Amino acid sequence: MIDIQSLVEQLELAACIQCGKCTGGCPIAVKSTMNPRALVYQFLRGEDFELTAREDLWDCTTCSTCGLRCPKGVKPYELIIALRGQWIESGKIPTTLRAPLTATLNQGNPLVLPREDRSLWADGLDLKEMAEGVEYTMFTCCENAYDPRVQPVPKALVNILRAANVDFGTLGLEEQCCGSEIRRLGESGLFEYLRDDNIEKFRAAGVKKMVTTSPHCYNVYKNEYGKTEFTVEHYTQVVARLIAEGRLKFSHRVEATVTYQDPCFLGKQNGVYDEPRAILKAIPGVKFVDMDRSRERSVCCEGGGGRMWMEGTSKVRIANDRVLQALETGANILATACPFCFLTLSDAVIATGNEEKIKVMDILQIAQAAL
Amino acid sequence: MKQRIGVYVCHCGLNIAATVDVAAARELARLMPGVVVARDYTYMCSDPGQALIINDIKEQGLTHVVVASCSPRMHEPTFRAAIQKAGLNPYCLEMANIREQCAWVHQDRDRATAKAIDLIASAVAKVAWLVPLQEREVGVTQAALVVGGGVAGMHAALDIANAGFQVYLVEKQPYLGGRAAQLNTTFPTLESVSDLLKPLMKDVVTHPKIRVLTNADVEKVDGYVGNFRATVRERPRYVDATKCTACGKCVEVCPVTVPNAFDANLTTRRAIYRAPDGTFVVDERACTFVQDRVCPADPRCESVCPENAIDLAQPAQSHEFGVGTIIVATGAAVFDATKKPELGFGAYANVITSLQFERLANAAGPTGGKIVVNGKEPKEVVFIQCVGSRDQTTGNVYCSRICCMVNAKQAHIIKEKLPDAKVTVMYADVRAFGKGHEEFYDRVRKEGVRYRRGYVSEVYRKGDRIVVRAEDTLIQKPIELEADLVVLGVGLTPRPETDAIADLLSLPRSGDGFLLEIHPKLRPVETAVDGVFLAGACQGPKDIVDTIAQARAAAASAFAPLCRGKVKVESATAVVNEELCAGCGLCVAACAYGAPAINPRTGTARVNAVLCKGCGACAMACPSKAIQLMQFTPRQIISQVAVLA
Repeated sequence: MIDIQSLVEQLELAACIQCGKCTGGCPIAVKSTMNPRALVYQFLRGEDFELTAREDLWDCTTCSTCGLRCPKGVKPYELIIALRGQWIESGKIPTTLRAPLTATLNQGNPLVLPREDRSLWADGLDLKEMAEGVEYTMFTCCENAYDPRVQPVPKALVNILRAANVDFGTLGLEEQCCGSEIRRLGESGLFEYLRDDNIEKFRAAGVKKMVTTSPHCYNVYKNEYGKTEFTVEHYTQVVARLIAEGRLKFSHRVEATVTYQDPCFLGKQNGVYDEPRAILKAIPGVKFVDMDRSRERSVCCEGGGGRMWMEGTSKVRIANDRVLQALETGANILATACPFCFLTLSDAVIATGNEEKIKVMDILQIAQAAL
Repeated sequence: MKQRIGVYVCHCGLNIAATVDVAAARELARLMPGVVVARDYTYMCSDPGQALIINDIKEQGLTHVVVASCSPRMHEPTFRAAIQKAGLNPYCLEMANIREQCAWVHQDRDRATAKAIDLIASAVAKVAWLVPLQEREVGVTQAALVVGGGVAGMHAALDIANAGFQVYLVEKQPYLGGRAAQLNTTFPTLESVSDLLKPLMKDVVTHPKIRVLTNADVEKVDGYVGNFRATVRERPRYVDATKCTACGKCVEVCPVTVPNAFDANLTTRRAIYRAPDGTFVVDERACTFVQDRVCPADPRCESVCPENAIDLAQPAQSHEFGVGTIIVATGAAVFDATKKPELGFGAYANVITSLQFERLANAAGPTGGKIVVNGKEPKEVVFIQCVGSRDQTTGNVYCSRICCMVNAKQAHIIKEKLPDAKVTVMYADVRAFGKGHEEFYDRVRKEGVRYRRGYVSEVYRKGDRIVVRAEDTLIQKPIELEADLVVLGVGLTPRPETDAIADLLSLPRSGDGFLLEIHPKLRPVETAVDGVFLAGACQGPKDIVDTIAQARAAAASAFAPLCRGKVKVESATAVVNEELCAGCGLCVAACAYGAPAINPRTGTARVNAVLCKGCGACAMACPSKAIQLMQFTPRQIISQVAVLA
């Protein structure tokens, strides 16, 4: 049984005026039965809630647009996360989630790969282990560390940081999942375990300034780890600063028209809009064009909120539309700064048959090509 | 003389009596030291209630009175007047607040009663030490300053001037009219705003008792109620209105183009321009010659003027006026829609604000009153309500009160000018609370304006159209509405210069950033500073009707002291014992009102009793305890506290 009243109080749902701004901005609501406003209203009415009848709770990407646009400070996505939590607690864990959640506990990653393989991506790079006094800690992210499609991204960051003479190290095999997606799947117990364990590991390794490759790790460290002894930046912030300070210089041209997908966890949720664009505009030869729906009006790629491991109730993919919108700008590179965006958009390029016209690249890969 | 104290416990209907056992409180009060009589009554503030006190003073020879009732903010003046009627000094009264600070905030009757008795005992202990204070009055300069020449300021100025007093009306812009001058028609009456403004402005400028200073700022205000001194800086207009024939040759040669704020930035103007009232003036911040003595134009405006009316070396003028009271009528700003980037303002030319729509619809506006966007008449128009109001994300949580009706009126105008246009208003709640507002809302719906319930979440491009994305919450589905014109119903916000105005006059602001009235219900036009009153949207969003009502209320409040010629000043002020004072000046620094000053002759502090608000900050700051606050002397306060031990 769901304690409706305590959720209403805890999430301050009574502030809701049922204006519909959440559902109006929800990328999923157009194709799913998920209606954030109606969900909140159901709780305000205080009627019984049949949890497992709501398969659509797993459609949410936790892009947070609903909460960010809400004029009354309600966060419908947190209600969805809480309900997923109750679902998980009931033991009826959706099939495709069982392996990722178990692997995150046992192997420190949701990709169901061995812990000892976490540094394979860096073979031959001769990376420094984190120690007291090393300025930056580079946090790789499970996706970037294990998925061969995005493994070039952290490698590019290594090359760029080295080109700018930045002193940095990694946690090596001590690195494990940040817990961002785990929390969003509702597994709050596992999230808390990862958070506490990571804080301990970071302290032991002397982490002071963290740079992440994924906006999801960046967001969770910045906003959901409580007060920490380290500061965290997404790589776009660090690299844009290195360029502005003249520490990073480009010597090659990249002749391309580039547009950019704002990752929700970087843009909408943390207001980092200018730095990624500043990097792209600084690369010689790049002609940068924004899509009409960009920055605060950007559209989610559907990779967040655990959706990498859940199909969702609809077969319609927003990422396909997004690729078409990118093509409208005349771009031949669709840049992003997030491994999830990279993967969903890359699939969408193939699904829409546009491999000849446009290529998905991480900003780091484009910048690396200009070194 | 032995103190003879009377204690009066009020029931306040059931406000107090429901939670506090008033009979028990009365009985215990009888036993307190010095108390000769104690009574309770349903409403002590009523005439029979006051009569009880007056009779006891006369018959039982009371020297001091304690009233246990509401906050002194509410009825201290009532009871002071009552005991004065019976021949006591009004300062021999102490209030025990057993309503706001006891009955209203507690539920347990026994404990609330015990607390009420403590509060009464404490007041009895203090009242015994109260000494009679002299009531004082000061003379009044029989003139008023009105800051702001919009609808509020002009109405207030006229009322005061018509009562026979001199008014100085200071307006920042080079013309009168304020925000209203930009507007097209009123709601719900659909009258032309300029038709309403013209006679008002004529009355103001021709009134023998009103001196209008446009293009001017109030720079400094000193003094206190009845005797303020205001310094006003009149910026140069650089064009001699007595010579100018409004030929416009100067504008043709001016090389500087700036956005025309009067047209809500829909158009541009030159640095020298024709103000909305028809006079010519130089915008000194835009004019490069005024700023830096350089101008790329050849010939310059000065030399093309056939009447030699332009003088770019004209100096500013400073004026000083003595006034008895001040009305602040500085208006509000319009919400900056770029702070809601999801709505596409700034990204698309056909997303405009409701103020811009007023200019479009205005016959004197940039399109001569034609509703034209991107060179075309719109076929589908969407209005978006609550832009920048009721919205935590912008920090403006209040309702701006005007936008629902502004949108309804504008929707009506579109239907009138473009009958075939499809007009949709996206709303979450329609607030049609004013006289005739609901009827107008009914009317526009019947005219074919569609109201769909849902706040708009996003505006973006789809193909070559703009689409508005929202959930229609009544059909419970996300919708996309195509539009050629989107009008954002922007709310009102405090003006950016509110800080400066608040600093100038030491006025507090409410949480929403507007200037704060002293009581939201009972004293809506007065401020914490005696003699300074608020009128119009500087105090909070208002339509023209409410603005005029408040302006005239402020005028009535502001000319009352002018009529009387004298004002009462607080007697419970700080007093310096010069024997103890070392002249350190800490009191001067501690005072927010500039009341204490070091007398250069004696080297000791003196408190100007007229400026003193009786806050006690100086007494706290004084290291040698040379300052005492009358009614709050250490002896009085210690007695009050000691009885609770």
